[in-house]
Amino acid sequence: MRRGIVFQMEVPHREPMRIRGFEFGNDRGVRACAIVGSTRGNEVQQTFICARLVAMLANLERDGMIDAHVNILVLPCVNPFSMNVHQRFWPVERSDINRSFPGDADGGTTERIAASILRVAQTYEQGIQLCSFSQQGDFLPHVRITYQGPISDRSVELARDFCLPYVVTRMPTAYDESTLNYVWQQSGTHAFSLYSKATDRIDKGSADLVADAVLRFLVARGVLTAAAERVARQGSKTIPLAESDLVDLRTKRSAGFLITTVRVGDRVRKGQKLAQVFDAFDTHVLETLQSPVNGRVFFMRTDSLVQQHMVVLRIAPE
Amino acid sequence: MLQTVFTAMLPIGESLVVQKNRMSGVRSSGPRIAVVTGMYGDELEGQFVAYELVRRLNENPLSLTGVVDVYPALNPLGISSLEHGVPQFDIDLERTFPGNPDGNLTEALADAVFRDILGARVCVVIHSSNVHVREMTQARIDEGNAKNLVDLASLLNPQIIWVRDRQPVAEPTLAHALNAKRCPTIVVEMGASTGVSMDSSSWLVEGILRLLEHLHAWTGPTIALPFPRVVRGGNVAVITASSPGLFVPRVEHGTQVRRDDVIGSIVDPLEGTTACEVRAPCNGLLFSLRAYPIAQPGSLLARILEEGL
Repeated sequence: MRRGIVFQMEVPHREPMRIRGFEFGNDRGVRACAIVGSTRGNEVQQTFICARLVAMLANLERDGMIDAHVNILVLPCVNPFSMNVHQRFWPVERSDINRSFPGDADGGTTERIAASILRVAQTYEQGIQLCSFSQQGDFLPHVRITYQGPISDRSVELARDFCLPYVVTRMPTAYDESTLNYVWQQSGTHAFSLYSKATDRIDKGSADLVADAVLRFLVARGVLTAAAERVARQGSKTIPLAESDLVDLRTKRSAGFLITTVRVGDRVRKGQKLAQVFDAFDTHVLETLQSPVNGRVFFMRTDSLVQQHMVVLRIAPE
Repeated sequence: MLQTVFTAMLPIGESLVVQKNRMSGVRSSGPRIAVVTGMYGDELEGQFVAYELVRRLNENPLSLTGVVDVYPALNPLGISSLEHGVPQFDIDLERTFPGNPDGNLTEALADAVFRDILGARVCVVIHSSNVHVREMTQARIDEGNAKNLVDLASLLNPQIIWVRDRQPVAEPTLAHALNAKRCPTIVVEMGASTGVSMDSSSWLVEGILRLLEHLHAWTGPTIALPFPRVVRGGNVAVITASSPGLFVPRVEHGTQVRRDDVIGSIVDPLEGTTACEVRAPCNGLLFSLRAYPIAQPGSLLARILEEGL
């Protein structure tokens, strides 16, 4: 393992912001896979997963389980500046690094950071980003691909090698064109966004699950040797889904306390009661949300207060 | 007449309500014009424009020959709590349009506002600048809409009309969504965050009345500023910080500068030294100037409208 500084920026009254990189394998080898962790300051779980991967890859390298001809790069935290002050976006200017790609080395602050990451990351054949959603809640771990063109069709096939339950393809809006996932594909890298159950806290179980998925992928792609397969637990069969296939359950006519009766990953039946909204002053039931389909709970809101018009659950139909 | 555009229940005995004030003139068949502001909770220039416009129209009902809808606060929760985005959601409302009736609260709000405005003869969206940069009053128009909008925008008394190249990040905005539906929409950017520039706001109100007059919706008095300067994207020099520190401006906002003039300095408060001097790369009008003094590498310091192009 080789440690390095991928990008450094002087900032007022604080130590320089440094993006640290951890390189494995042959430093002159085929640039096989880059793994990028948190771009936002609340992505604790994503940083943790990358840190776990750094430890795992170091062990695999020591045991000779990284192919001799390849190179792997891990950037666990692209945004320590925000993470150290508990702010989701870049402080003061409130800009989002993951909406700043491809970036500009002479542009605004987050554009400079994005450009520095892309300059390194786009030299790799495959790119894995640990991502989070703006929606607060728990997700079933999955792979997500923003459709960019023919390269994405192949990426969907490759994504099965993570052996996570779902690969979700999202048709891009203009706003998605400035994400790392989209821009990575434009430069010819197969890009995969991996979503874990949690964001601003460590959920050890789903962190291990996602880290194992990355190892399975690297074994399947020949980046790790077959012997490394025993390090990662077995995954599951992958179901491809379009984002539009997911069925949303939302609060149509109420707001108040929210109590859900299922967990992420649970299988649910059509008509099953999944959540209720209670009046904030006397707890009478205002609304009951029932599953309109058979399927698995893909997303579940975790906030105990809920407004009207909010997605409480998303079901992956089966 | 006050009308509710959107309402959503909040958890503890309150609703989020977006309202508009519809003022109808003596000729009910006259054109409808929408004036929209309060998208960001910390951008307040449009609050005074809304107040003054409603006051003027109420004061002269016989001069109004069209319909004017004023939406002063699309993000009432943000304004009440001095939050840029929609509180709790950390979502930029201006990146949510045209919205989605089946989406989350902010998407449903955006959809309701969008549909309410659709069909207007012209829409004016008023933004303040952010906390970092002070702006001269400018109408911002995408290159693709310039042919239809530059003449209308010039009526609004802006100091500058900035015609910009396509910006994908701007496509989920209200203006982009409305223009895509052939509802001519002009974005006005002005002043600075969390304050009100009385002169600029008053000139914009006069400009909106000029627009109404042009559309045969107003017969009262109007006042025009000299014709604005129209600038294309490539004619703007953008100056960003190369060093971190405290930016100390050396020129007044809105003044003419010459190439190599010192616009400001970035200084180091700890060591008492000057990290760098920031110089103008060209002759021109300094129409944007940093207001928030702490600068990081890449922070926007100034924009200059290049002369002689």
